[in-house]
Amino acid sequence: MPTKAGSLELLSQWGGNLLVGALSTIQISLWAYAFGLCLGLLGAVGKLNGGRVARGILDGYTTIVRSVPELVLIVILYYAGTDTLNRVLAHFGFDAVRISGFMAAVFVLAFVQGAYSTEVLRGAIQAIPIGQIEAARAFGMAPVLRFRRIILPAMLPYAIPGLANLWLNVTKDSALVAVVGYSELALATRQAAGGTKAYFLFYVVAAGIYLTISIVSLFFFGRLERRFRRGQHKAR
Amino acid sequence: MKFTRRYAMAAAAAVMLGFAANAQAEPIKFGVAAEPYPPFTSKDASGTWVGWEIDLMNALCKQMNEDCQLVEVAWDGIIPSLTSKQIDVIWSSMSITDERKKTIDFSDMYYDTATAIIGPKNGDLDISPEHLKGKTIGVQVSTTHANYVDKYFGAGSTVKTYQTQDEANQDLAAGRLDYVQADAMALDAFLKTEQGMACCEKKADVPPDTTILGMGVGAGLRKEDTALKEKINAAIKALAAAGEFDKITANYPELTAIVVPKAN
Amino acid sequence: MNWDWLPQYAPLLLHGIWLTIVLLVISCSFGMAFAIPIGLVQVTGPLPLAWLAKGFCTAIRGTPLLVQIWLLYYGLGSLFPSIPWIRDSFMWPVLREGFFYGVLALTISFAAYEGEIMRGGFMSVPKGELEAARAFGMSPFTILRRIWFPRAFRLVLPTLGGEVIGQLKATPLVATITIMEVFGVGSKIRQDTYHVYEPLLLVALIYVCLTFVITRIFLWIERQVPQKR
Repeated sequence: MPTKAGSLELLSQWGGNLLVGALSTIQISLWAYAFGLCLGLLGAVGKLNGGRVARGILDGYTTIVRSVPELVLIVILYYAGTDTLNRVLAHFGFDAVRISGFMAAVFVLAFVQGAYSTEVLRGAIQAIPIGQIEAARAFGMAPVLRFRRIILPAMLPYAIPGLANLWLNVTKDSALVAVVGYSELALATRQAAGGTKAYFLFYVVAAGIYLTISIVSLFFFGRLERRFRRGQHKAR
Repeated sequence: MKFTRRYAMAAAAAVMLGFAANAQAEPIKFGVAAEPYPPFTSKDASGTWVGWEIDLMNALCKQMNEDCQLVEVAWDGIIPSLTSKQIDVIWSSMSITDERKKTIDFSDMYYDTATAIIGPKNGDLDISPEHLKGKTIGVQVSTTHANYVDKYFGAGSTVKTYQTQDEANQDLAAGRLDYVQADAMALDAFLKTEQGMACCEKKADVPPDTTILGMGVGAGLRKEDTALKEKINAAIKALAAAGEFDKITANYPELTAIVVPKAN
Repeated sequence: MNWDWLPQYAPLLLHGIWLTIVLLVISCSFGMAFAIPIGLVQVTGPLPLAWLAKGFCTAIRGTPLLVQIWLLYYGLGSLFPSIPWIRDSFMWPVLREGFFYGVLALTISFAAYEGEIMRGGFMSVPKGELEAARAFGMSPFTILRRIWFPRAFRLVLPTLGGEVIGQLKATPLVATITIMEVFGVGSKIRQDTYHVYEPLLLVALIYVCLTFVITRIFLWIERQVPQKR
């Protein structure tokens, strides 16, 4: 264990690496979150309005993702996902694509996020008072317009707490891609700790960085929720 | 709505860089285990990869006149990464074994090392399986050592697998392991660190078993990439003839007993 | 697909499943035991304790479990050589094993997540019921034991199953600190046989089955609790 001056020195040497790792974590998380939301929106609409086959597939997707540990899913998808994709492409006569570690990490996390987003958004859409949607229909709004002008704004207040939770989850889950070797904050920390033998110091610092990300995000989502709740009845 | 849009755009711009950085021409991708493995491959404080193998990789690529890109991969998944084309070459101190040859191909050997067992400083150098009965031995996951220890010590001793060599060494220093088996070169380097000197000593080299421990370290390649294999083999020969291996090794005084390809 | 390795590794896999269940049961039981006071002090105070509990929940919930596990195992482990007497203490055989740190990290994590939920549970019990209990002359502890906790627990019971499944999904992380639970066994098979997908698929299937069993157990428990709606 280094002395106090030693700790500061180590941090000033390796701090840059950790910050690059932290940026990488945020980058992966943002992309995965965005793709996950798109998947989730499709999933929620499919579950609510889709035919029996679509509903069956979506139920299978959400059930499996929610009962298999993220770590297992990430390892499977990380190795098998790109392999399968390349085989499918080869089958249709395309060249193999090279999927960078970054993209693989993003898509794997997005796949997991998508299942949870599906449930959050489905719940939020169902929470909209049915009268509002019926009124929109009575005014002759087309489905797309109805979705854009009525369902989306009306569901957001119900969805935001769940979506905030999902964002916190994806920032934490992104640490799991360290296990498959993509360099983000957790792996950068592991490398720094291994290189300097100051395991305690660097893991505490990494935990501090993750905590900062979480707290800043919570603050941001709090403001967002207040924005979208304006005009709604105050709860209690 | 104005402020959310601005945030979203800033975030999107920052994030775009992530994809842009990955969209370049096609260099040869050398897969290096992301877990530090000094003195062969490790990351220094400024985030650049350094070590004997990194120096050799640079010399090799210069010799081949190819553009090379270093890609970090989890050691535990380095073979699937190769077969699923996330990397083109495994360049991570991987021993050439028959078991691995069922899945992938190898270049010629580019270095070789004995296999050793280290333990706490107590002067007791016996490493016979009977003597190690009831003790705990640490190895890195998916290495030849993991298989070796399973075969020779698995009956009497407890085997613990670690994701990185560093963490196994760390647990030996912390007293949570009685022994660690690994490449003698990597262990020598650890024993020369401050921590290694304080806690541990080399016990002995283990009796050789080339079917498990392999025939030196080579570059792992996909079976169908024969052109690349020939190119790398030719470059290794040329580097050996030019005395490049010795030049690189001279920068690593801790690598006293490394075996490198001979010029002929 | 190649499953030739299955018979050879079956005993190891069964042991791995057993270890996963042990990790789950111990960490959930102890975690719940800690969650009750953590939830309670946030409702009753005293203020410094409430802040402490709140801070604990925020810190644990705001950082990845993987980092917590590595911090506990390697971080604390790296301090041991500087404290020689630890190795001679009677606790050493326990402190040596990854299992201890795995259980510790999982317990802390469950306590923090469940503590937050218990806080909600305690807050949701109608004030009138507690006032009625007080009017009957119950002591504060009796109120807690007979009224407040049972009511709060019943309120959180529907979420508990989901939380336990979440905890099950957290257990494979401890494979990174040398614990051979079911995911660790899967990794070992992967390493020994060079089959990548089959062991992982089997492990995934095992988790799906365990999740199904847990869901059933909690459905059964919920049915045992009399409810009047």
